[in-house]
Amino acid sequence: MTCLCFLCVSRDYDELSSIMAVCIAVIAKENYPLYIRSVPTQNELKFHYTVHTSLDVVEEKISSVGKALADQRELYLGLLYPTEDYKVYGYVTNSKVKFVIVVDSSNTSLRDNEIRSMFRKLHNSFTDVMCNPFYIPGDPIQSKAFDSMVSAMMVQAC
Amino acid sequence: MADDSLFEFLHMEIVSHVYKEHESRGDNDKERGTCVSLLELMGFRVGQGLIERFTKDTPSFKDELDVMKFVCKDFWTNIFRKQIDNLRTNHQGTYVLQDNRFTLLTPLSSGKQYLEEAPKYLAFSCGLLRGALSNLGLESVVTAEVSLMPACKFQVVVQKI
Repeated sequence: MTCLCFLCVSRDYDELSSIMAVCIAVIAKENYPLYIRSVPTQNELKFHYTVHTSLDVVEEKISSVGKALADQRELYLGLLYPTEDYKVYGYVTNSKVKFVIVVDSSNTSLRDNEIRSMFRKLHNSFTDVMCNPFYIPGDPIQSKAFDSMVSAMMVQAC
Repeated sequence: MADDSLFEFLHMEIVSHVYKEHESRGDNDKERGTCVSLLELMGFRVGQGLIERFTKDTPSFKDELDVMKFVCKDFWTNIFRKQIDNLRTNHQGTYVLQDNRFTLLTPLSSGKQYLEEAPKYLAFSCGLLRGALSNLGLESVVTAEVSLMPACKFQVVVQKI
């Protein structure tokens, strides 16, 4: 019985320490950013640069899957590339809009499902933005709802 | 898509509203052209949003034909509750989508009556198709033709950049 309690406690703890991103970007199919947000305490330009270079890897992944046989082609691209401090993950929608999430490397409890669920949330919010009649596709995203969803996923600046 | 007739009625009203607006401005020559473009542009924006929602969970498409098949089956079914009846292609970017009982034309007639009015009611759907394809990466020109209501053909010519 005590063993069961311990399991419950540890699961709650995992829920609390869910993955917090350091930078989140939404990039249009023409490869310019529609939305980019990073933790403000850090050098923002560095994140812009990281996201920009990750686009090359995204392109490579998209085109290489095309050459593979007709497997289930997923939207989630997985780990794009790790740097010393960060890990960069990518996701491409069917409308060729890319989502990039940069996570701190020191966050060791990285689980694939958590990153996937972050991308799912991003995709759902992005779809809502797309369906908003006041949003013109190609414009920067200025939706408050989208902003608050992203804030919930980012590391809280102390 | 709670009640299907809601969209049909709304569409009819949109068409008549757009034409009434232009009539009150008294510009008879250009009237037809601008109304049709207006309806087509409306359809375009709606198509872009809709396709984003419908392709949220589908895996990525292999090629152009795959995209057209998706549009003919899932996209058409979600909006008009039926699939496209026939898809023909010349494998060089031209596709003809044939719908033998187009939902937005069935209330009008089932023969040759009101044939001249049909293009007004097809403009929005042409835009819908164009918007959907554009968001999936295929720029195209979509036209529609009707010879016998309520069957109609949508011709899609994909622009090669």
